[in-house]
Amino acid sequence: MNNKDIVIQAADLTKFYGEILAVDHISFEVERGEIFGFLGPNGAGKTTTIRILTGLSQPTDGKASVLAFDINSRIVEAKRHIGVVPEISNLYDELSAIDNLLFMAQLYGVPRPQRRKRVEELLKTFGLYERKDSPFRTFSRGMKRALTIAAALIHNPKILFLDEPTVGLDVVAARSLRNLIANLRQQGITIFLTTHYLEEADLLCDRVAILVKGRIIKIDSPEALKATAEEKSVIEFSVEREISELMENLSNKFPGAKVVAAEQNKVRIYGGIPADIYDNVFRFAKYKGIEIQSVNSIKPSLEDAFIKITGLSPIVMTMEKGGR
Amino acid sequence: MWRDSLRGIYYIALKDMRTYYLKPPSVSWGIVFPVAWILAFYLRNPRGFEELVPGLIAMTILFSTTAAEAVVINFELRLGSLERLLLAPISLPSVLLGKILGGAIFGLIMTLIVTAGSAVVLGLHPNLLYLILIIIASLLVFSSLGALLCVLVKEVFEAQTLLNLPRFLMIFLSGVVYPVSAMPAVLQYLGYVMPLTYTVDGLRHSFSVSSSMVVFTDTLVLTGFFILFIFPAIKLLSKKFE
Repeated sequence: MNNKDIVIQAADLTKFYGEILAVDHISFEVERGEIFGFLGPNGAGKTTTIRILTGLSQPTDGKASVLAFDINSRIVEAKRHIGVVPEISNLYDELSAIDNLLFMAQLYGVPRPQRRKRVEELLKTFGLYERKDSPFRTFSRGMKRALTIAAALIHNPKILFLDEPTVGLDVVAARSLRNLIANLRQQGITIFLTTHYLEEADLLCDRVAILVKGRIIKIDSPEALKATAEEKSVIEFSVEREISELMENLSNKFPGAKVVAAEQNKVRIYGGIPADIYDNVFRFAKYKGIEIQSVNSIKPSLEDAFIKITGLSPIVMTMEKGGR
Repeated sequence: MWRDSLRGIYYIALKDMRTYYLKPPSVSWGIVFPVAWILAFYLRNPRGFEELVPGLIAMTILFSTTAAEAVVINFELRLGSLERLLLAPISLPSVLLGKILGGAIFGLIMTLIVTAGSAVVLGLHPNLLYLILIIIASLLVFSSLGALLCVLVKEVFEAQTLLNLPRFLMIFLSGVVYPVSAMPAVLQYLGYVMPLTYTVDGLRHSFSVSSSMVVFTDTLVLTGFFILFIFPAIKLLSKKFE
């Protein structure tokens, strides 16, 4: 990798809020044109990192540059070339879609003759042209999210920061937004996104940094991360009732394996000898009088890699912060 | 860089005018309250009303600018849209100046209506240069005072409550209805540390037949107050984004 291809660089970036360490000496680089994901549970320091890189917060220690502009001394220059989609869709409720985008174009210094053309182009791209005169407050969550992304693209940024882009969206809206993000990469825009959705990181990102309690545990491509989990067998079974009360009992039944609650009625067992695991699962179910709905041997996913690397249950990743 | 800043200040103020001027808190504290006071004084004593005009214009400046600041700053602090402005290639002081300008323009509209109305109805002939100097300096001072107090809290109602403390202190101690020179000595000292005192004084001289250089001194003192308010306001807002 040669130096000119690196568009974001962080070295020992640290952030304290009072006594609380939000970001703990993280270092990473983002290459031009890639989708780089920050993956971690809520409270891991993802949003704080984005806030530091976009000038909304100052680091306590460490250095970072965006497009070679030092974030401490030349952040205003960097801001000319970056677009930011915060976790909250915070455009102006009172203004219409078109007026919101026109205001952003004015703020970012898009030349007057190009403003309206650019705004209309974005409204069409994001499927919002028909609603261009409707106030922002009347939009659905998905539409608000789409318009917020459009606003971040108004000045043709080189880097787009997306903080939890699909939080609070329904499945259809989230899928369409992910397609849109993938299309932006096709246009050569570097994307830095944070997410606590493992599937989203897997689908979109070229590289993923796993962040836990303010520290980067690992950075690699989703494929490479998944490969780290492949060495062990993964068996998943689901039962007809909630599994949490049985977890302690279950853990003792599988020596040498790791038992993790994947969902409310689903358990994954990592490692161990597959034949013994199957045998023990059925015996345990019979003994407890539980009806088994399915048993599968599964291919490791990013979720499995995440569990292996962090030791955390994927349930912590499903705890929503909420969004607007 | 300065071009970005000027553009930002201008468009933020313009957007605030469109978005917030007709919000209920701006209307109630910035328009209804001063108008109600003016009408109350006029109806009580129409003959002696001329004497009260400078004080009532000063009060209009104070209430309209601070009420607008509470709306343009606190609505955005609450909804997170102030952050959106800070994501643009504009410095934080420029964003705050845009907000202050938005409040000042709201105050200017109200002040022009009240001043022109009083001058026409009562047949007054103020010194326009002095009037413009004092009004512009005062609009900036009270708009920046509003910004300073509004960045301390998040909600609009909290800001309006907090603003009422200096507002009512100044109404009673700055010669709006009762001359500072006629107050007990201790209160006079207090009056002289209030910016509204210099607004009232400057406006009085602008309306008097024998206008004097006092207006320039008042403008200078008001400029000092503007500096005194704007820097801590920038500092406090920066602290929110540390």
